[in-house]
Amino acid sequence: MKALRLDQADLERWFANWAKTREVYAPLEQSSTSQSISATRSYVDWAILRDGRFPVLDRGLPKSPIKKFFLPQPEVLFRSSTKKDDPDAFVLKEPEEQKDRRVLVGVRPCDARSVELNNLPFEKDPYFQSNRARTAIVGFTCRDRCQTCFCEAVGGSPVGTEGMDIAVTQLDDLYIAEVITDRGEELVQEGGGAPEASEEEISRLKESKEQVKSLFSSMSDLDHSLEAMKAKDLFALYNAPFWSQLADSCINCGTCTFLCPTCYCFDIQDEVVKGTIRRIRYYDSCMFPLFTLQASGNNPRGQKVQRVRNRFMHKFKYFPDRFGPFSCVGCGRCIRECPVNIDIREVLRDLLAVE
Amino acid sequence: MSTTNTVITEDIRAKAKELLSSGEVKAFLGFTDGTLPMTTRPFVARRPEDAERLVWNSFCVMNLANYLPELLKGVEPPRGPKDPPPEGPLPKVGVLATGCWSRNIVVQIQENQVQRDRLVILGIGSRGMVDRKKVMAQVGGKEILAVEEGEDSLVVEGRGFKKEIVRGDVLRDNCQVCVHPNPVIYDYQIGQPVPAREIEGRFRQVDEIEAMSSEERWSWFQNEISSCIRCYACRNACPLCYCPTCFVDDSRPQWVGKSVDPVDTSIFHILRAYHCAGRCTDCGSCESACPMGIHMRLFTKKLEKDVLELYGTEAGMDPDVPLPLTTYKSDDPQDFLVTEAGGQASEQGRK
Repeated sequence: MKALRLDQADLERWFANWAKTREVYAPLEQSSTSQSISATRSYVDWAILRDGRFPVLDRGLPKSPIKKFFLPQPEVLFRSSTKKDDPDAFVLKEPEEQKDRRVLVGVRPCDARSVELNNLPFEKDPYFQSNRARTAIVGFTCRDRCQTCFCEAVGGSPVGTEGMDIAVTQLDDLYIAEVITDRGEELVQEGGGAPEASEEEISRLKESKEQVKSLFSSMSDLDHSLEAMKAKDLFALYNAPFWSQLADSCINCGTCTFLCPTCYCFDIQDEVVKGTIRRIRYYDSCMFPLFTLQASGNNPRGQKVQRVRNRFMHKFKYFPDRFGPFSCVGCGRCIRECPVNIDIREVLRDLLAVE
Repeated sequence: MSTTNTVITEDIRAKAKELLSSGEVKAFLGFTDGTLPMTTRPFVARRPEDAERLVWNSFCVMNLANYLPELLKGVEPPRGPKDPPPEGPLPKVGVLATGCWSRNIVVQIQENQVQRDRLVILGIGSRGMVDRKKVMAQVGGKEILAVEEGEDSLVVEGRGFKKEIVRGDVLRDNCQVCVHPNPVIYDYQIGQPVPAREIEGRFRQVDEIEAMSSEERWSWFQNEISSCIRCYACRNACPLCYCPTCFVDDSRPQWVGKSVDPVDTSIFHILRAYHCAGRCTDCGSCESACPMGIHMRLFTKKLEKDVLELYGTEAGMDPDVPLPLTTYKSDDPQDFLVTEAGGQASEQGRK
């Protein structure tokens, strides 16, 4: 694989050159201070990289996953109008395909992998595929482990390159960019190229990756692999007694699902505003009672415990039964952001203990 | 660990164990330790030995009253939707209550969501809870790996740093202006009551917003909610939000759109706040639950101020004083909703 050597100025040159023809997004500080109110907030999230800013890479993961670039909130599936003078009134038409190309810079291996996992159920979805075709991913491998990371336990790696077009690894004083796909090669050309890394630098790269991997395996709270889960009986997991205790704490909000890179469930609705019809696909959450409410009024998941259970059963049983891998990349956002500290790693330990 | 919290934790465990062992309560609602620094998890102890898992510290930010209506239903003997309630008293639930949570329980009693005689309330004077987002801001957003809570300080540690933070500096905004830290109803007092507080400028944040021009105020509001992801954590953390179907989930008619259009998000936040008028106790759970750091508590704080100024009451202070917006008095102020013929709303009304 081609590996290039860059310093920070080279990377900045790449970003600036890409920005001429593409939208470049990166994790950036999102602070807001109301002028007079002593109420501030600050976090790192995806925003357009401009004005010579550099991606913020030393503050853990960005607040939100990158799914919004592939499954936007909302996705307009069809448009029409209700206007009397419109001969095509009420005729649903697909919106023009979005062609604007985008580059996401500073994507961590867990988030990059989420696109590949979401691709399994959305393989034949034209909207997802069109977004995927126009969005390049320039990943940055991890150097540190947050206390909520567990990517290795669910089949990922802190130095993994799955889903990336270019994988950048920061060594102390320089960056090594591995070019993974043809689109990655195209980006390198557009960026203005960079010299190939020397053999010494490549061996440093390997060494660094090994070091990061050992950092993860030595600190992981979970057993290295959850593969044992796949052989477990679905109904034994489904009927496990710990679900009701989990439901005692859960408030059934959508924080975990909305901030999860691999929660992709949606609902579809027609919105009519001032004579314009939009058929939109928007995020839904299995935590919400409306998720399974049927037109008859019956709700097969009418109780909180059933809804809480579904999120985990879907990720660790139904999805792997159907597609193979778990529908979780181990980013830990749900652990950090849950208002009542429901910790998915504890749920996994409980699931693994089910006989 | 702070001595006050250690004593309170021990008292809670002992009392909960006693109540569960004697069978006086079927379940006890408190907090257990979270898996990350500065987190706790609302927790239901159902066996006497579960009581050992209960804890009390400065990170108990979720309002436990929120869980009561469902928990009370959950401990009732199972029965079909048309079966009559069983004879004899229904099982009781034990719960912890600080000043604001106890006031929410009063509101729930007044609104027939919980029954006083089915609750055993352990009252705790609150020294205020810590805002973990503020603590994180104090260390520049770096990851915090351990927090040791002292009596009046927190020692915060992460990779390459260790910092002592004054507890008072990182209290939640609502706790900083709290004037009712002690429970208004309880069966047992845990720990010592907290001395009464005189707060200078109890509504200072609201005053600042009121002083803005309407354009400034609107842009402040729009900016504040711009990051809302409509996860409804604020609603679901709120003990006032118990409607079987929330207005945002109605489809006939559909009051509000489903994605993140700014108009829909505005409607959600404005209506949510107005639903809480005269009922909100400023417990701060909504803000603590919000993953995006939105200060939606200020919307309800404004209504708390209006209700206090217009009706002279505060929610849940006294079970015998009816809620202002569900009662009619002939001398109720009405300047803010009735315009005199040919004239404008009065000065007070336009405030």
